Amino acid sequence: MLEQIPAAELRYVGKRTPRIDAKEKLTGQATYVSDMVLSGMLYARVKTSPHARARIVSINTEKARKLPGVRAVVIGEELDYRVGLYVVDKAILARNEVRHYGEAVAAVAADSIEIAQKAVDLIDVEYEVLKPVLHPLDALKDDAPLVHPNLGEYDYMEAAFTPKPGTNIANHTKLRKGDVEKAFEEAEWTIEREYTNPSVQHVPMETHVAIVKWGYDDEVTIWSSAQSPFTLRNLFCTAFRLPHRNVRVIVPHVGGGFGGKAGIGIEPLVAVLSKKAGGAPVKLTATREQEFSLLPCRSQLTYRIKTGVSKDGKILGQKMTMYWDSGAYADYAVNVTRASGYSAGGPYEIPNAQVDAYTIYTNKPFGTAYRGFGHVEFHWGLERHMDLIARAIGMDPLEFRKRNALREGSTSLTGEKIRANTGSILKCLEAAESAVGYGTLTEAEKARQEKTGMKIGKAVVGLHKAPAMPPFTATAVILRMNEDSTVTATLSLTDYGQGTYTSIAQMIAERLGFPIQKVKIAFESDTDHDPYDWQTVASKGLLLSGNAAILAAEDLLKNAYEIAAQALRCQVVDLDHDAEKIFIRHHPESSVTFRQLAIGYCYPNGNSIGGPLIGVGRYIAQGLTHLDKDTGQGLPALDWTYGAHGMIVEVDEHTGEYNVLKVASVFDVGKVINPDAVRGQAIGGMLQGLGTATCEGYIYDQEGHLLNPSFTDNKIPTAKDLPLEVESISVETPQIDGPYGARGVGEHSMIAVAAALGNALQNATGAQITHMPLRFEDVWRAIQRREPVDNWITKSPYGSCRSAPEVQRHQQQEC
Amino acid sequence: MKRVQFTINGDLYEREIHEHRTLLHVLREEIGLTGTKEGCGAGECGACTIIMNGVPINACLVLAVEADGTEIETVEGESKSGRLSPVQEAFDRHHAVQCGFCTPGMLMTIKDLLQRYPKPSREQIIEGIEGNFCRCTGYEQIIEAVLDATGQLEEKGEIKHA
Repeated sequence: MLEQIPAAELRYVGKRTPRIDAKEKLTGQATYVSDMVLSGMLYARVKTSPHARARIVSINTEKARKLPGVRAVVIGEELDYRVGLYVVDKAILARNEVRHYGEAVAAVAADSIEIAQKAVDLIDVEYEVLKPVLHPLDALKDDAPLVHPNLGEYDYMEAAFTPKPGTNIANHTKLRKGDVEKAFEEAEWTIEREYTNPSVQHVPMETHVAIVKWGYDDEVTIWSSAQSPFTLRNLFCTAFRLPHRNVRVIVPHVGGGFGGKAGIGIEPLVAVLSKKAGGAPVKLTATREQEFSLLPCRSQLTYRIKTGVSKDGKILGQKMTMYWDSGAYADYAVNVTRASGYSAGGPYEIPNAQVDAYTIYTNKPFGTAYRGFGHVEFHWGLERHMDLIARAIGMDPLEFRKRNALREGSTSLTGEKIRANTGSILKCLEAAESAVGYGTLTEAEKARQEKTGMKIGKAVVGLHKAPAMPPFTATAVILRMNEDSTVTATLSLTDYGQGTYTSIAQMIAERLGFPIQKVKIAFESDTDHDPYDWQTVASKGLLLSGNAAILAAEDLLKNAYEIAAQALRCQVVDLDHDAEKIFIRHHPESSVTFRQLAIGYCYPNGNSIGGPLIGVGRYIAQGLTHLDKDTGQGLPALDWTYGAHGMIVEVDEHTGEYNVLKVASVFDVGKVINPDAVRGQAIGGMLQGLGTATCEGYIYDQEGHLLNPSFTDNKIPTAKDLPLEVESISVETPQIDGPYGARGVGEHSMIAVAAALGNALQNATGAQITHMPLRFEDVWRAIQRREPVDNWITKSPYGSCRSAPEVQRHQQQEC
Repeated sequence: MKRVQFTINGDLYEREIHEHRTLLHVLREEIGLTGTKEGCGAGECGACTIIMNGVPINACLVLAVEADGTEIETVEGESKSGRLSPVQEAFDRHHAVQCGFCTPGMLMTIKDLLQRYPKPSREQIIEGIEGNFCRCTGYEQIIEAVLDATGQLEEKGEIKHA
């Protein structure tokens, strides 16, 4: 904690504060890239692949080029660039081969969107359709076609990842702690099961959109709905071999991200269109359908867990095998694999552990970061598994969790010592337990059962997550005092809805002792004007940028005090300040106002000192290490945020229909900076998690065509899907290096919601479901003890849910 | 091309437009009122909700020529007086806005809802905004804002401390 102000003296931190961006958004005046029109701007459209895997025999663009109003047509053959976040494996447009349904093969820029679309329709692509590899376990077979035969030639981040050339494995993350086999020998019970979840789509309400102007002398300006302007610039410059100074990325308001806009997306394609069109700005707005298949999704996961448990219900050892379906490109999936690998045991102590997490290429739309970064997916399996174990050994599932919860003195999977100030999973579990009345039914609940004929079930699940980021993750905030002594902060952490900027404004106001109305956080991020920030991901923004903001405020005050000391002819140590002025503590009438200091102090005779007041705050994650590649040991976690969800459901045993009656979500946030913002994150993420639990998921046919790229066929929650009651609870165990003790909570609300649903349904009916989503028919099938067919919609083994029988057999031989 | 006239938020507009253009695209690209958003272009998400002749519609599903002679209300009209409307103020108080992309459509849906039910129940609010997707808030703070704007909020929807 950089600040030690007693809670009673805090004026803004922890207090209800409206969002600083709300009015602009409420009046329709906030500008998003999708609203922008530049003079001379062209509109782009993309030709996408109708096949999952095919050789491109020829592309005929002649008719498109001849269409009046068409200014540029590009195909992959003419673009000798490769792009990639951690593994540089992606061409801007498919070259020679398409690797997934919906992949971009050609693009057009034209005077209007209608002409661009017409031109795209006039492009003829001849394909030789090849048999795709669609399931990650099929992709591991010896005779599987290689999605990337040239994997060995690609650049990749060697400190963190291990691709296996000659296979479809883009990364293998290994973790070894203690002796798992010995633990299994000593265990009273060993319990093993596999859990699966499908790919899902982030669904930001604003689809990906970018405008790029490739100017004279390779000066490039990018306006993008991006989460991470500096990472976007870095990847763009690497791909195009341009100096960073040449490229400027501007991010105005962004209509939601959830991880899907974290890296680099359509910007390189728009850039080459602009270059080819002679430098005219070109705008590309992804259609909603393209959002599902041209742009990335969340990876599918098959998670196999084997646990050895002692007689008294302690976990002795656990073997965790994750098969992450990366889709056609590695993007963030390799890092999802790494981060979920080192967190795979959840908030529980596992003295002997083995993790093998694989990122596997297949011919499907590729996976990327999505709120929770792998933790939503693996907590589904893990928290279902915790219930399975408890039932198998005859212990209450919550009691089993408490008995094994991480606590002071425990060590994490990577060997990190858990301390009292790390946070308390136990407190979270207990708060959720009492919020839902776990273990019993109230009289009202019993009466409800009588009345509805439905059965009520309850569950409590735990969760944890640390930011998944490089050990050198850094940020900065610049705070400038304006002429009238208001202050403007610039930073390139972006706020695409989370509310972090408001929390940062509260902290700056707190530290300066200024009314919050005097503090502005500049909303548009601009790599030419703002200081560096790695990315806006991982629930690390509040902690890192909050610290930088406090340091910037202190720096600004320090600079102001130095000039004030000269002006007042005293020592800096004798000074104090209020919202308006700096004064000598023992002669308060001797003072100089911030307004007098803001742009430099001017003596009565005109002599001047100082200059515009600026404060700079820099912060970099402390003490993190790379992980050992063979054992996964090291320190990857900036902070751990623990949490728990309690859930009450009612189920109709005859039909499988259910209603979620209550969800209580508890997080140890360290310190609540803005109560409404925390609550908004808690409820919003919970419902997003419930969406993936109940109805969302990619469905493919046997050829790898995505069948549901729309809101008609891929439902997301509406207001009607909100549980009858939602409760949001905070635990506050201060984070020592967090601003005012705070830690991140942006992603955590989505984690383990699905497992809470699965466990509550099982509690009510005995239904054992191991795949997501839990549609009513899945519940009905499980109640009937019918083998859940992978995907009863298409009867395809490569669909939204569970592995097909032949794939399962393959897997059992593998393991 | 066809010449059309409509009134938007009380102001008369006349434009020569292509017959195939949707009202949403004409509003955003030809009139320049970009407050109304496009989320799907297929009438599924509600982001483009506006009020036409007193009826809430998805502007992406209406051709601009069909709007000839109509009275249109968009989010820009809500604070034309220079002050936020009571619902906008309640949204501000309750953090009913996160990324803000669904907000304009949500506000217009609620405007229509309150014309029909000046004091809507929680169930009526849920029913009313069901066609407007919000991926950020989980809807709860939006519902609370509407209850508050109509003087019906009993609990202040605060976060609890364990």
